[in-house]
Amino acid sequence: MATCIEKVREIAADLLEKGEVKKVIGFAKGTIPMGTRPISIQSKQGVEKLVFNSTCGLNLANYASKEKEKIAIVAKGCDSRNLVTHIVENQIQRDQIYIIGVPCTGMVDKTRINALFEDEITAFSEDLDTLTVSSLLTTQTLKKQDYLKGNCLYCTHKNPVIYDVLAADLVEEQTLDTLFPDVDLIEGLEPDAKWNHFEALTKNCIRCYACRNACPLCYCPTCFVDESDPQWVGKGQDKTDVSTFHFLRAFHCAGRCTDCGACVEACPMGINVRDFTRKLNKDVLNLFGWEAGLDMKKRPPLDTYRPEDPNNFIK
Amino acid sequence: MKFITIDKNTWTNGIDKSRERYQLFGPVNDENGCQIKKLDPDVQPDMEYYESVMSAKSVLFPQTEKILTASLNEADEDHHIMKRAENDYSPRAVIGIRPYDAKAITLVKLNFDTQAFQEPYWCDAYESTVFVGLGITRPGPFDFSTSVGTGPFCEEGLDILLADLDDKYLAKILTPKGDAYAEACGFDATADENEAQALFDILRKEAEKNIASCVTTDKIKEKTILELHQADFWDDLAFSCINCGTCTYVCPTCWCFDIQDEARQKHANRFRNWDTCMSPLFTRHATGHNPRGTKVQRVRQRFMHKLKYFLDKYDQGIMCVGCGRCVKSCPVNIDIREVCNMMNAYEKQD
Amino acid sequence: MENPYIPYPVRIDDIEIATEDKSLKTFKFVFLNKEDEEKFSYHAGQFAELSIPGVGEIPIGIASSPVEKGFVKFTVFRTGVVTAYLHNMKVGDIMGIRGPLGNWYPWETLENKNVVIIGGGFAFTTLRSSIVYMLDSGNRSKFKNIDVVYGARSPGMLLYREELYEWEKRSDINMHITVDGTDDPNWKYHKGFVPQIVEQNAPKADEDTYAIICGPPIMIKFTQPSLAKLGYKEHQIIMSLENRMKCGIGMCGRCNIGKELVCKDGPVFTLEQINQTPKEY
Repeated sequence: MATCIEKVREIAADLLEKGEVKKVIGFAKGTIPMGTRPISIQSKQGVEKLVFNSTCGLNLANYASKEKEKIAIVAKGCDSRNLVTHIVENQIQRDQIYIIGVPCTGMVDKTRINALFEDEITAFSEDLDTLTVSSLLTTQTLKKQDYLKGNCLYCTHKNPVIYDVLAADLVEEQTLDTLFPDVDLIEGLEPDAKWNHFEALTKNCIRCYACRNACPLCYCPTCFVDESDPQWVGKGQDKTDVSTFHFLRAFHCAGRCTDCGACVEACPMGINVRDFTRKLNKDVLNLFGWEAGLDMKKRPPLDTYRPEDPNNFIK
Repeated sequence: MKFITIDKNTWTNGIDKSRERYQLFGPVNDENGCQIKKLDPDVQPDMEYYESVMSAKSVLFPQTEKILTASLNEADEDHHIMKRAENDYSPRAVIGIRPYDAKAITLVKLNFDTQAFQEPYWCDAYESTVFVGLGITRPGPFDFSTSVGTGPFCEEGLDILLADLDDKYLAKILTPKGDAYAEACGFDATADENEAQALFDILRKEAEKNIASCVTTDKIKEKTILELHQADFWDDLAFSCINCGTCTYVCPTCWCFDIQDEARQKHANRFRNWDTCMSPLFTRHATGHNPRGTKVQRVRQRFMHKLKYFLDKYDQGIMCVGCGRCVKSCPVNIDIREVCNMMNAYEKQD
Repeated sequence: MENPYIPYPVRIDDIEIATEDKSLKTFKFVFLNKEDEEKFSYHAGQFAELSIPGVGEIPIGIASSPVEKGFVKFTVFRTGVVTAYLHNMKVGDIMGIRGPLGNWYPWETLENKNVVIIGGGFAFTTLRSSIVYMLDSGNRSKFKNIDVVYGARSPGMLLYREELYEWEKRSDINMHITVDGTDDPNWKYHKGFVPQIVEQNAPKADEDTYAIICGPPIMIKFTQPSLAKLGYKEHQIIMSLENRMKCGIGMCGRCNIGKELVCKDGPVFTLEQINQTPKEY
């Protein structure tokens, strides 16, 4: 994955020079260790700023739905699935995006890496599967596979499902014995324990909406939490309101979520927002045999009706 | 000036003793990291903490606070007449607050305590709070407090400043409120004034030497608002912003709020909630007209407010204390230090 | 200090439908406590927050004039949650008023000057307050000539119609009432947009003439050139701005235009001040 950045820059420079796209959306180096910043490059000279490494955990498809002109976009597996969803949901036209596909070997869990140090991390570098992380007090060498983001652990779509060009060779997909062990664990809890789990999950939520805003699916002009007429959800820190936001947002993502983990990456409080969405992903898979973002010609199950859809709830 | 030595063996008991007279707030750890919270009766502040994700501003300025209530029951004599909500402003102490957070409170006070109006809830909370600061001997890599008017051992806004000397704390009592708190803890082992001050000076210089990050702000004042507002770097800068509220909520100097009414059966409550200028709704008129309807306008507003409008309006430096929280928490790594330096260096092209 | 969030309790004393399409209503409020009325003493140009418990608050310009005692009047356009609720309230209902807030038209500067008042649509509320103030027998001699240009889409959309027609008959004020268009054959006044009528009828500027202008952004945008043609300098053009507000006391931070807070440093600004701020209003 480290070697593909040269190819990404080459492709981007070529597209911009030929005027085929107005801008290339990718990642740029950040100003803090493990920091990366989505960037829009508009000229050939700017492509040197593009990077691609294991800290690029955000979903660039989030920036694609607002574009009016032809753009190029760097897309890893999950990002590309969200681009498919955007196309299916008419947020962007297929001929409007030139997809630079990047097969992905996983992103690192910055929260877990930070937690290894009692002080602040001052440097981070990676070389294939080895991460070297330092703070003022200590340096640690880690194996990337041990510090993957939660969603990368269960990823079965590392390769982009749609692309105009590939910046590297395809990687081997993994097969999993159980697809949702984390959801199974929560499902298996007694009701009181389940309640406590979710209460603990949301207790530090500050309603910043970073999760919602980092999510490519959340493009509604007015989100339900912002509606005032009628007002569905209170805006304060009342626990019911905070939980309602999370549960309801997860339902709005049901059947569309690609488990890219941008929500968790964005959250400043380290809340595992995926505990809400994963359950719905599992249900949609079991009820409708559906995984989001794999087919440009099919609409998500909550959008369509088929006579054979399970209807137990109305029997 | 009075200095007190506190043997760490006596610290826990002293803190517990002060609970007779004060509600305590301080850093506590949970699964999501370290936060400044109200301390349960059996919980001690974590004095080894590195930094809290959120600032201490919520002690004076809770994220949601009920400010007014009214009965909607027409059988009540005072129906529909709003009254101040009963909140608890009994004496409280924040233990282990960082000097930059305390300085931030003095900046926020400029907003809430003005000649024309006083925000009663914030001011009442401020009056009843003692700030027991903990000097930062090991500043982190994102601490740029010394270049913005404060520092790891700055005393502004504090009632007591503690220095951690391994087996003991050295406390500098800065105000009568601080003195009263030390007394409530039973900490009374006074130290020699000259020696203690000298020790503080050494610690401060050491800590300041270890500050690795800085910004330049010397030229911002001489530029006009309009020329900075019309600068060419805002579009590129704003691209990655996702307009969440993270930077504003973790920031100790951000104070913007919203007022929301909630009615439940026959009772009405009016709340004051934190709000963020990053939200598209922030400036949206009821007619739909929105003066800051685009992302770049909102991103520009945040930095112009922090680094220029506040500077011009109050002449107390920029509205930033260099804690670095926004730099670390921003999901897309927008860095205020970069923006500050860009604004400082900006020269209008004719 | 008093708690600036607590509204004075008021009772709705009268509700008038102000425009033919019923989108605006004029509310007359009476204070439940007499001493609140004294505390609420205001100047023409200020606004107040109308407060409905459990629903919300709205910042509205004060339409009544300081010389009118015993009540306060506001003309409110129905456009959102709170205004819709207010429009459905009845005479006798209790609610609250917070204020007076903001600054006011610069009455001291305007003494011994000619004043030209330009208003459009339903932004005429504080201008009514101003006119009633100036025409009051105790005040009229303080000002020289008074000209008023006021326009709306049609005759039925003009606010305070009866008062306008009364003022038109007076010799101590020059009224130039206009509508964008009308089929009414009995329409006695002008037809045309406010900027045109200003250009044709407003007095040319001199050092002793000031213009107060209050209206929708588009009217202001096209009236400024007309005033410029007549020679008005930036410091002679006084404007009243609007912005989204919540606290009204300069603390919640949302109504700012640059470093000015519309609720506290405004809503009245001169064009000279506004030209030094970013155009975010």
